[in-house]
Amino acid sequence: MNILVCITHVPDTTSRIAFTNDNTEFDKNGVQFIIGPYDDYALARAVELKEQHGGKITVLNVGEAETEPTIRKALAIGADEAVRVNAFPSDSFFVANQIAAVAKQGEYDLILMGRESIDFNGGMVHGMVGELLGLPSFSPVMQLDVEGTTAKITREIEGGKEKLEVSLPFVAGCQEPIAEWKIPNMRGIMSARTKPLNVVEPTDATVHSQLSKYELPPAKGAVKMIDADNVEELVDLLKNEAKVI
Amino acid sequence: MTTIHSETKLPMATDKASQIQKSSKQDLFEHPDFYLLDDLLSEEHKMVRSAVRDFVKREISPYIESWAEHAYFPYEMVKKFGEIGAFGPQLPEKYGCGGMDYIAYGLIMQEIERGDSGMRSTASVQGSLVMYPIYKFGNEEQRQKYLPKLASGEWLGCFGLTEPDHGSNPSGMTTHFKDMGDHYLLNGAKMWISNAPHADVAVVWAKNEEGRIHGLIVERGMEGFSTPETHGKWSLRASATGELVFDNVKVPKENLLPGKSGLGAPMMCLDSARYGIAWGAIGAAMDCYESARRYTLEREQFGKPIASFQLQQKKLAEMLTEITKAQLLNYRLGQLFNEGKATTAQISMAKRNAVETALNIAREARQMHGGMGITQEYPMMRHMANLESVVTYEGTHDIHLLILGADITGIPAFK
Repeated sequence: MNILVCITHVPDTTSRIAFTNDNTEFDKNGVQFIIGPYDDYALARAVELKEQHGGKITVLNVGEAETEPTIRKALAIGADEAVRVNAFPSDSFFVANQIAAVAKQGEYDLILMGRESIDFNGGMVHGMVGELLGLPSFSPVMQLDVEGTTAKITREIEGGKEKLEVSLPFVAGCQEPIAEWKIPNMRGIMSARTKPLNVVEPTDATVHSQLSKYELPPAKGAVKMIDADNVEELVDLLKNEAKVI
Repeated sequence: MTTIHSETKLPMATDKASQIQKSSKQDLFEHPDFYLLDDLLSEEHKMVRSAVRDFVKREISPYIESWAEHAYFPYEMVKKFGEIGAFGPQLPEKYGCGGMDYIAYGLIMQEIERGDSGMRSTASVQGSLVMYPIYKFGNEEQRQKYLPKLASGEWLGCFGLTEPDHGSNPSGMTTHFKDMGDHYLLNGAKMWISNAPHADVAVVWAKNEEGRIHGLIVERGMEGFSTPETHGKWSLRASATGELVFDNVKVPKENLLPGKSGLGAPMMCLDSARYGIAWGAIGAAMDCYESARRYTLEREQFGKPIASFQLQQKKLAEMLTEITKAQLLNYRLGQLFNEGKATTAQISMAKRNAVETALNIAREARQMHGGMGITQEYPMMRHMANLESVVTYEGTHDIHLLILGADITGIPAFK
């Protein structure tokens, strides 16, 4: 089985978020970058599927040279080779076009990625990649099993789950509990240094969105404790201070 | 050749296993890096550290307080250490090991001991005291037979040097073996042996008829070989400690390590293990420091976080200073190891410095947590109790001082 796993290079979930240059740039100072957690689930499931069925895993990232340590980690976890599209991932449409261009070069049975990145949380790329390749696309996929040329998937839907049987190939945006995150072992880390990481130049694609400004959500206020008997004060505060009623 | 009978190992204490509870507390540890030491690490080093930290957070942190409380050795961790590659990461890949440098090895030990010194002991005994001598002093058949299974965690090993009457003076050992023509006959006893109760393989140091010290590989199942457990420890409670008793044990001749004899051979193993301890103890120190830093910022007294008081700031500042100094010492020692230039005295300085630093920081950090600091909610008491073993084993604090003293003056004070 030939699997393409698309990963994002995103700030660690515990990072302190700050902006510079008049709130138009993310401040990377002191920030640790990781494989997007949802992408990490997709990669972990790909490694399991490869263990079951054999084949090859190619990991793909659209990003500049700084993302290579993140890509190496994916190789240490179990991908066989990597492709980095040498471009800043400007927006979802741009990224989807790059993925589609790479996917067309190889015959992939599965194209897996996270349900969304955790920096911009667009959650659109898998749908766009499906459209650009003329393939079905499913998200968020919580379970994925393959038998021959068919896959059984479970997708989360509003208020429930949807179980589907799908023919390969297709695109899936993954989430837990599709697999447990894999921690690279020492032998994986050592072998990652010799696995191929090919850098390709981006294909032409329109960037549809332009970033104008970042804004942090308002800081959390202090909790006010009100005596259980004092309903009047509670109502007054909700009405006049919090302005929610 | 005697085969290994795993069923003769100490049975798992299932009553204890059923009492182990998973903590719901999230391990948020991040290491301090005041002098930007990370800039000196390769991307691979950082990946190693991050992988082992994730491993510790997933496999050790949620259970360690309960394991320690119940004095439970989690045997399942042996296989997991094997899978992550924590056994002999510095030995060659062709034996199933990591093929990594000594900085990576140090970082692995730092991260595991950040979780618990007992867990680090399990890993460093296997890697530095069992696999290392088999690799260094063993022949190719011995390497092929033992190293891959020890690396994968299929087998657990232990190292027998210390005896009931010979601790700081191992050259006085009485454990001995006699050449019986087709085998050696081994008699004697070893004490304070980490991993002993569950070990499949023991690297044992004993004297031949001429009084020369040699290494022998003793396997579980050999007649006359037993490994009674040492109970009642207030330290390294998640690690199993025991004795090795040899009562006319017939050891096949091919189990003698041919590469080196004399006390220098086990001392070379200890050099490697002590290096791991130097990194490991600073891991424990970092855990205590980080816990104190977070706690003093959250805990309020007199209407403000206690971190705003000068006495707490002094303690934090001194802790960070000592951790940073030890980090730099360990890093440089790692470079010397990589170049094959590290001396025993240099290793003594690093081990001694790291353990003393860690003990002081554990005690200060405990006090900064007030009453909460004595509970399992925080790691300091466990680290503090563990470090009492670490300051004693693999060369006591005083012996390391005298090794340095001998190096400085040329006059050994302990002979």
